[in-house]
Amino acid sequence: MNLKFVLSEVSTGLRKNLSMVVSVILVTFVSLTFVGTAGLLQMQINTMKNYWYDKAQVAIYLCTNTSPDTVCPQGEASPDVQKTIAAKLEGATLKPFIKKYYFENHQQAYQTFQQQFKGNVVAKYVQPAQLNETFWISLNNPNQSAVITESFSGVTGVEQVKDQRTYLDQIFSILNIASLAAVGIAVLMLFSATLLVSTTIRLSAVMRRREIGIMRLVGASNFYIRLPFVIEGVVAGLIGAALAGGAVFAIVQYFVQGYLVNQLPLTSFVGLGDAATILPLLIGAGVVLTAIASNQAIRRYLKV
Amino acid sequence: MISISNVTKSYPSAPRAALDGVSLEIEKGEFVFLVGASGSGKSSLMRLILREDVPSGGEIFVLGQNLVGLPNRRVPLFRRQLGVVFQDFRLLPNKTAAQNVAFSLEVIGKSAGFIAEAVPDVLRRVGLEHKANSLPSELSGGEQQRIALARAIVNNPAILLADEPTGNLDPKTSEEIMALLERINLAGTTVIMATHDRGIVDRLKKRVVELKDGVIVRDEKGAGYGVQR
Repeated sequence: MNLKFVLSEVSTGLRKNLSMVVSVILVTFVSLTFVGTAGLLQMQINTMKNYWYDKAQVAIYLCTNTSPDTVCPQGEASPDVQKTIAAKLEGATLKPFIKKYYFENHQQAYQTFQQQFKGNVVAKYVQPAQLNETFWISLNNPNQSAVITESFSGVTGVEQVKDQRTYLDQIFSILNIASLAAVGIAVLMLFSATLLVSTTIRLSAVMRRREIGIMRLVGASNFYIRLPFVIEGVVAGLIGAALAGGAVFAIVQYFVQGYLVNQLPLTSFVGLGDAATILPLLIGAGVVLTAIASNQAIRRYLKV
Repeated sequence: MISISNVTKSYPSAPRAALDGVSLEIEKGEFVFLVGASGSGKSSLMRLILREDVPSGGEIFVLGQNLVGLPNRRVPLFRRQLGVVFQDFRLLPNKTAAQNVAFSLEVIGKSAGFIAEAVPDVLRRVGLEHKANSLPSELSGGEQQRIALARAIVNNPAILLADEPTGNLDPKTSEEIMALLERINLAGTTVIMATHDRGIVDRLKKRVVELKDGVIVRDEKGAGYGVQR
């Protein structure tokens, strides 16, 4: 194996084909940036799930006078209802599932509301009696909220049993759709990147057809004939992937850590460590894809 | 060395077979002229021996290899035992004479040390050691063909295929090339040369295989080009 020879062939190919090579680099760069961003989004979703799911509680909202008649025909829940529920939560059936629970009466609910909606006009008009008295329950395993929902839905005096995670799930499904969209765009662009690689390699092969003809005549192995072309494609893919990796790091450093963290201080965000996990995937994807694409292209172009 | 039996080659686009039931035996160290009009099948036969094509029917054995069954990946190793020259030289215009010869060794993975010895050696054999650093554009046609010959024999092939090697050269230069081919042949390499050059064939009195419409019409030792048809 004459490495110097192969490398000089590669550099000739890259130089003579510069504009095509640059386009391959750019398309790989953009498509892999989308892949990386989708990966970051997924990691962000997981980070948020870990953070919020632990804090998410199941709420048993008791009836108020303003609750709809269909679920609360008897109006405001009586203190008996409250006692029954508390007894049931303490009972042998449910106790093992529950980490802790507490009861929030009208007045406490009003205070919380006033805090959360401070400065909002709605805070002025709301009356303590309109806000549900609520049992807030933290579960040992947040996935088992169905136990609470099934035990208390339809019980007299209970307006609604709500797992807070359902609110989060909406947010997560929006983020999921966004990351799927990014993956979709990435797949399309990666497809065009592979087509571009094929075209570039073919052009390169046409420009070197004289050399290739002689190589075949004197019995150079197919591997040896193809190697410079495959390396040529891989170099372009590698540069594109490295740029995409840089972009992902920049997004994390300047957008997430430099901007989002300040805007949404209560949320935990992906960090540079997560970007570092994505980097080898991007590089690997860039190298493998361009290697396959250029190998296929040169195979079809060069029969023995 | 080369054993061709009942070989047929037809191309889908052509109505008539390029080769039609050709059988031929060539021994080690022979010098064979392939003659015949354009389209008589000379080039098709050369392509089959070089395994650039496989026959539609029949068998070809070259250097003990059955070329019909030879898998594609083994073709490069097979071709290393053959040398080829063409009418149009096929030198790389951006490489010097020495680099052109070296290229054919580099691409089959020879070491730099081997190349550094073999290239000046073979340039001496073709008498062009003083032109080692010239580009093909700075060389005459005859010199370019000698470089092409140097490239073909640098790896000491058992067989040298020459497809109209003097087709682009004047008579005097052609003589030089023929002298070189004879020397190569005397050194033990089997030479198969396709040609239209009546004068050369008549003068050298070698074995002559004449093709017409894809069929061998004459196979004669120590013969001339034959009657004008």
